[in-house]
Amino acid sequence: MPTNTAQSTVDSEGAGPDPAAPLLEVDDLYVEFRTRDGVAKVLNGVSYRVEAGETLAVLGESGSGKSVTAQTVMGILDMPPGHITGGAIRFHGENLLAATDRRRREVRGSGIAMIFQDALSALNPVFTVGFQIEEQLRIRRGMSRKDARKRAVELLDLVKIPNAKGRVRQYPHEFSGGMRQRAMIAMSLALDPEMLIADEPTTALDVTVQAQIMDLLKEIQVERNMGLILITHDLGVVAEVADRIAVMYAGRIVEQSDARSLYRKPGHPYTLALLDSLPRLDLKGAELNTIKGLPPSLLNVPPGCPFHPRCPRVEDVCKTDVPPQHRLMPGRLSACHFAEELIAGD
Amino acid sequence: MGRYVLRRLLQLIPVFIGTTFLIYWLVWSLPGDEFSGKCGDRPCPDSYINLMKEKFNLDDPLIVQYGKYMLNLLQGDFGETFRGIEVGDLIAEAYPNTIRLALVALAIEALIGLTAGILTGLRGRGFLDNLTLVSTLFLISLPVFVTGFVLQIVLGFELGWIKTTVSASPAPWEQLIVPGFVLGSLSMAYVTRLTRTSIAENKRADYVRTAVAKGLPQRRVVGVHLLRNSAIPVVTFLGTDLGNLMGGAIVTEGIFNIKGIGNLVYRGILGKEGLVVTGVVTLLVMVYLLSNLLVDMLYAVLDPRIRYD
Repeated sequence: MPTNTAQSTVDSEGAGPDPAAPLLEVDDLYVEFRTRDGVAKVLNGVSYRVEAGETLAVLGESGSGKSVTAQTVMGILDMPPGHITGGAIRFHGENLLAATDRRRREVRGSGIAMIFQDALSALNPVFTVGFQIEEQLRIRRGMSRKDARKRAVELLDLVKIPNAKGRVRQYPHEFSGGMRQRAMIAMSLALDPEMLIADEPTTALDVTVQAQIMDLLKEIQVERNMGLILITHDLGVVAEVADRIAVMYAGRIVEQSDARSLYRKPGHPYTLALLDSLPRLDLKGAELNTIKGLPPSLLNVPPGCPFHPRCPRVEDVCKTDVPPQHRLMPGRLSACHFAEELIAGD
Repeated sequence: MGRYVLRRLLQLIPVFIGTTFLIYWLVWSLPGDEFSGKCGDRPCPDSYINLMKEKFNLDDPLIVQYGKYMLNLLQGDFGETFRGIEVGDLIAEAYPNTIRLALVALAIEALIGLTAGILTGLRGRGFLDNLTLVSTLFLISLPVFVTGFVLQIVLGFELGWIKTTVSASPAPWEQLIVPGFVLGSLSMAYVTRLTRTSIAENKRADYVRTAVAKGLPQRRVVGVHLLRNSAIPVVTFLGTDLGNLMGGAIVTEGIFNIKGIGNLVYRGILGKEGLVVTGVVTLLVMVYLLSNLLVDMLYAVLDPRIRYD
């Protein structure tokens, strides 16, 4: 695995959509932020793929690069300071990073749609919820005002907003937190996307509402056979809905696995530490386990394995060599020098 | 909203009474004899003074004078000058000039200010941005009379491109462009900076990102989502500024000899024409208050999160 491929260029294959290719494939993606304080290597060779009807959960702390990956896929990364220095994003086999602006815009919303963490700031405060759903239908699909309004009401109905007919005329601030996120989901579904990226969709909501929103997302995904990328730091949310999980740390995917095996037997010390830090009923009253230390500054990532300063199993090799991706079993990868031992041991 | 407007309108009544009384009292208690110099080189004859004192109720206590004045004013009668010219006629003659000048100034500051602000706000740091920041700082630090006289001397006397004075009434629009620029230059600089900051602040906003993620064309993202939000503080500023501009511009009107309301007040104060000053200033106070009310209502229309009740 390359440690630094800043010179590697974005691959420029101009192939059109390929029906046999995976729905979405992120391939060895490198992104850096060039700031006044230096160059922050935000993504260092991120790869994952999502098939239709599949849910991939991307797990990680703040600053691990999970949102930046999603923003790069959508093409909404702020550039500058962001720079894509290598890799490819293939949608139906077509490399979006090599596509024209016009083609990228076509894919947004109708190919890949996104919902955001905080629906209050993600919705425009001065337009009605209906307007914000309808404008995509009018601009992108050329629908008349009347048809678009009708469709907007249907979409609000679909996400189970009561009294959709009246609600469509209201402004985002007149909605409750949960209803706003439902409206956001309705908006993302307007152009019938094949792929939905949900960037921490329930973080801003209280627990009971979180469960409702996750159920709704799952239901819609199954019904439409959509690919779903769920970005979160909440292990509880992941366990219920994810088919596969990618764990990110310091701009790398450190472990990738199907959800069941990952929970049963983590293949990376970081994943293990994350699972250990969950509150557990049988340990009520005991102090919570935490991961000591802080995530590394991306301006100055430690040499070797980026997790080594916090890792309980650290050995000399971790301080010098970046661990390669170990293939533990089909569909299961871990970037730890001792991945096999972790899986085999006790 | 209706109740709010009604309450604001009712609040105008005490403000109206308070300001008129204050102005009336101040004007008539200006030091000096209002009849000095009114009759050429000689002192005015007693018969004239007595006539005038009776006509303007000058021997009554101030509060009675004020009461009599208000009774007339409420019937639409602004009174007369000492020479017997209707104050109402003077206002009707002067106000259109002031309104024209105000509209020209507002158009210039909105057009140039918004354009410069949007361009620099969207582009961020760079040559254009620095140029705008320096030139607006320059305009903000220059007093209006300096801008006025410099432009009058350079464009009028030296280059001969414009007429140095606009004495005609009603003032022709094209002659008001340079005076309008002078009057609006300060606000133009503020509009530029306000727009620039507002755009720069909002262009990274989450809802702009959402609009891009929806696959909307760049034109629509900027033109609809970004501008609509960034315009709120700017439109509010422009509305308030129109209220200010309508109040006349004594300095600008003075430099270019525009026969507007500012000029009228100035001459009224010099000539101790109490009724002219009171009448005009009362009118200006009302215009200012009403335009402020309009701005507040406009604010609620622009930003649905604001509700009055």
